[in-house]
Amino acid sequence: MSDAPVSYAPSGGPDEVCSYEDTVAAYDPVLGLEVHVELGTKTKMFCGCPTEFGADPNTQVCPVCLGLPGALPVVNETGVESAIKIGLALNCEIATWCRFARKNYFYPDMPKNFQTSQYDEPIAFNGWLDVLLEDGSTYRVPIERAHMEEDTGKSTHVGGATGRIHGADYSLVDYNRAGIPLIEIVTKPMTGVGDRAPEIAKAYVGALRDLLRALGVSDVKMEQGSLRCDANVSLRAKVGDDPGSEAQQEVPLGTRTETKNVNSLRSVERAVRYEMTRHAAVLSAGQTIVQETRHWHEDTGVTTSGRVKSDAEDYRYFPEPDLVPIAPDREWVERLRASLPEPPAQRRRRLQETWGFSDLEMRDVVNAGAVELIEATVAAGATPAGARKWWGGELARRANADGRDLGDMGVTPAAIAQLDGLVQSGRLNDSMARQVLDGVLAGEGMPLHVADARGLAVVQDDGALTEAVNTVLAANPDLVDKIRAGKVQAAGALIGQVMKATKGQADAAKVRQLIMDTVAPEQG
Amino acid sequence: MNHDITRASAAELADALGRKEISAVEVTQAHLDRIAAVDGAVHSYLHVDAHGALEAAREVDDRRAAGDDELHVMAGVPIAVKDVMTTKGLPTTCGSRILEGWIPPYDATLVTKLRAAGMPILGKTNMDEFAMGSSTEHSAYGPSRNPWDLDRIPGGSGGGSSSVIASFQAPLAIGTDTGGSIRQPAAVTGTVGTKPTYGGVSRYGLVALASSLDQAGPCARTVLDTALLHAVIGGYDPRDSTSIHAPVPQVVRAAQRADVSGMRIGVVKQLTGEGYQAGVQQRFDEAVALLVDAGAQVVEVDCPNFQYALAAYYLILPSEASSNLAKFDAMRYGLRVGPDGIPDPSAEQVMAASRDAGFGDEVKRRIILGTYALSSGYYDAYYGQAQKVRRLIAQDFDRAFAQADVLVSPTAPTTAFRVGEKLDDVMAMYLNDVATIPANLAGIPGMSVPSGLAPEDGLPTGLQILAPAMADDRLYAVGAALERALHAKWGGPLLANAPELPTAATKEA
Amino acid sequence: MSTLSRDDVAHLASLARIALSDAELDRMCGELDVILDAVATVQQAPTEGVEPMSHPMPLTNVTRPDEVKPSLTAGEALSGAPEAESDRFSVPRILDED
Repeated sequence: MSDAPVSYAPSGGPDEVCSYEDTVAAYDPVLGLEVHVELGTKTKMFCGCPTEFGADPNTQVCPVCLGLPGALPVVNETGVESAIKIGLALNCEIATWCRFARKNYFYPDMPKNFQTSQYDEPIAFNGWLDVLLEDGSTYRVPIERAHMEEDTGKSTHVGGATGRIHGADYSLVDYNRAGIPLIEIVTKPMTGVGDRAPEIAKAYVGALRDLLRALGVSDVKMEQGSLRCDANVSLRAKVGDDPGSEAQQEVPLGTRTETKNVNSLRSVERAVRYEMTRHAAVLSAGQTIVQETRHWHEDTGVTTSGRVKSDAEDYRYFPEPDLVPIAPDREWVERLRASLPEPPAQRRRRLQETWGFSDLEMRDVVNAGAVELIEATVAAGATPAGARKWWGGELARRANADGRDLGDMGVTPAAIAQLDGLVQSGRLNDSMARQVLDGVLAGEGMPLHVADARGLAVVQDDGALTEAVNTVLAANPDLVDKIRAGKVQAAGALIGQVMKATKGQADAAKVRQLIMDTVAPEQG
Repeated sequence: MNHDITRASAAELADALGRKEISAVEVTQAHLDRIAAVDGAVHSYLHVDAHGALEAAREVDDRRAAGDDELHVMAGVPIAVKDVMTTKGLPTTCGSRILEGWIPPYDATLVTKLRAAGMPILGKTNMDEFAMGSSTEHSAYGPSRNPWDLDRIPGGSGGGSSSVIASFQAPLAIGTDTGGSIRQPAAVTGTVGTKPTYGGVSRYGLVALASSLDQAGPCARTVLDTALLHAVIGGYDPRDSTSIHAPVPQVVRAAQRADVSGMRIGVVKQLTGEGYQAGVQQRFDEAVALLVDAGAQVVEVDCPNFQYALAAYYLILPSEASSNLAKFDAMRYGLRVGPDGIPDPSAEQVMAASRDAGFGDEVKRRIILGTYALSSGYYDAYYGQAQKVRRLIAQDFDRAFAQADVLVSPTAPTTAFRVGEKLDDVMAMYLNDVATIPANLAGIPGMSVPSGLAPEDGLPTGLQILAPAMADDRLYAVGAALERALHAKWGGPLLANAPELPTAATKEA
Repeated sequence: MSTLSRDDVAHLASLARIALSDAELDRMCGELDVILDAVATVQQAPTEGVEPMSHPMPLTNVTRPDEVKPSLTAGEALSGAPEAESDRFSVPRILDED
């Protein structure tokens, strides 16, 4: 019983860092990732309060999630099922019997001053997730556990120079978020990853995000905090050139830091890379790494010191007496397993085949995070090649330049499908299509509207087209009669034949107009 | 019915109300008058809600006058509620400074049931702070007194609820029992109290002391009244995950039949003899003999692990309490004080200063003890070990109930002690619960019924009955049979022998 | 093993967020020793192979459907707050965030 009290690291100037090349030349990184996912359940984990984002402060609270004396928790069944689904999708074993536990520590945004969580009996454990790396190889991320817990309230810090927590005069707390279900997914320490550590970190979080989205258990919006990542990084001396060698694995692990507040895919990679280079600078200077929490700053691209992790952190976990054990029987688990969607890796192979993409093309699409977007765009009527060209090319380039996620660009699959249609029909050429995209991104509306408004269209060669139309009309007098009889839909077959005759270069709308003008001018 | 309304039993009041011989307002007012007269001396109540109680009574009278045939049989029978149950709009302090003035925005499920039954709530009763104690001396608002001798304690933690019944300030009261806080106060005041099976009465709105031990239950002057209240408050509650999804056992019918013929009654070897006051033991032995006369068989049962029960209890309870009481941190409700001499204190400093100022010594002691028992490096030796002992005790009960239908023992080792007598001896205070604790550890139901007055001091003694989980009805069969035999022997209820209380000279305006 | 030093008690009090005065610390050390001696007897019980018991009743899988129930109003939620501002609980400055 001689633990030091909680102490606080001084916040000094910017830290020294090594170059990444020097870092990986001298050190072998060990990586661990903890991801917190807010489930998309209608209600909180232990009470019936709604979970909608952005409600007025303290309007989605009740005696339970406010920690009022006397209130008792009751487990959200959908929360448990989501946890089991996540566990199954991560190839985990599902506990046959497990309990909730109380994690005791005081903090003003935690209403009961304990977090209802799971300790040594997680609902899912010992799994893995395959992630695709940029060189086309697959890395199997080992999963330690996935467990259920609850979120905390949110503090706003008032006063002080920066509005941040340091130097604030007081804080205002909104407990709407308190009690929202969280699943914490923890990887085993990843050794032998070498200089690929930052890439693996990003690929893992991206793959996990895709998986959770496919499962439909969370909206996984990193910018709203529904998926949050903490990255644990440590370095140890490098032995030889093979990070997977036995000699390398025998070197004891270095002191680790836990970097919090990593809230975009790009940040995951940058934060891991930054911490590696910072550790390397500290170690190269003959100093030691302080075991602490680091805060990632998206704007400046650095981490700063948070709370020092000391032995004084004693959470006094014990089984939650107010909740009874969860014992998922085989039937329950198998029913949930049967409800799982196709695993992303399998789905990727299937889609690649359907779309006819090369391995290289598919890899680029996956790396750009564009698989779902392309799928939706094709479903909206675009050609796979066209959808890939836009999402995997132009939009991916712009997203990357802006540091944004592809899905947050403000352009929908339906818009891209329409844009692709305009190009396919010959209405727009490539350069015009890019101008239209500019308009769409600028909020001017759907592509057709933008093209009309901006007066963008390939000049149509009416002479050649009229000739093709006349040829087709002459060859199909029965269809012409049908149109004249009012069956306008018969024009579709004629349009198809004209498009075929013009090798798809014609503007389908123009063809239709020519047909109608010729066959039934009075219906114009 | 007794001509004095406050001396009538709840069952008699319910009958008279049902026959419209008296009104609910009359009944409530009679009790409010009695409170005004004697509570200055007894100090059972922390808060009296005359307005709310009369309002509820008036509503019952109106409904009855309108011929409402959905009125509950207990409608109009007033009740006092231990201050550990949340009551919307009524102060709920748990006997602590830290909750002084707190008015919950919600009712406990049990309180919702009382209101739905049309039972006027007279007020909130005194208790040891957060139910930690056996005498009410740990109440931040001063002790309650034993109506049999105002210099003595009325038991605890529910001494407010036991004394309120014994002094006729309410016919019924709600108690909570974590290690004996319903049964021991009942024993030392000559009243009846039941700790139902764990999960039999909802804990939603019961401010938790130790979640896995706490159970709310009925307090009354007769076994039948206790059963009638048990039936009102019992039953499944979806807001309490540990609530049992089954009908309330047939407690009222069992109390009415009072039949023990052929029943096997087990005397627990470890809960008699040494350590029990001579008069307590004597009244216990006589009571067992009366049960045999009523047709029961007696067997002795051995529960060897009960010797570890007190130790296990005083590890499990403080551990859970240290966590349950963490929520009292001055941030969302309750007392907030700043630390002395620190300008611009942090949240952490305000929490620590408020908890020091708001909690009494016993609460702090148990929080520190529980923090220790759960802390890293000590968990296995203390909390973990106590949980194993808990299993052993439950297994002892399983074996005992294979030999006997119910178990009996004296409820408390002694009669009521004097105020202040054990305040400085923590372990002596803890030993009051030695016979009641095993039931809480195992989750089984228990009852205390009066067994007489100890010859040496003329103070009430109690007999404890224990039954298997969900067999609460057996408590009432045995309790009622014993009560019938004793009343016949005494020529009336024990409380008829209690001294008259000094009354306030003039009624408050 | 059941002896607590004054520093131990001070550390436990800090974990439990209770600012014990010096006099309280002194008094509590002695009291806790007495209690710890008594409760340490659990270590003599024959518990080999015995499963710990955390819950008195053997219930499992008690859950509720994912259906919204009425919340409190902000006014009700804040009714007991020592201080409030803009429908939020006002709390003293927070030292650091984990």
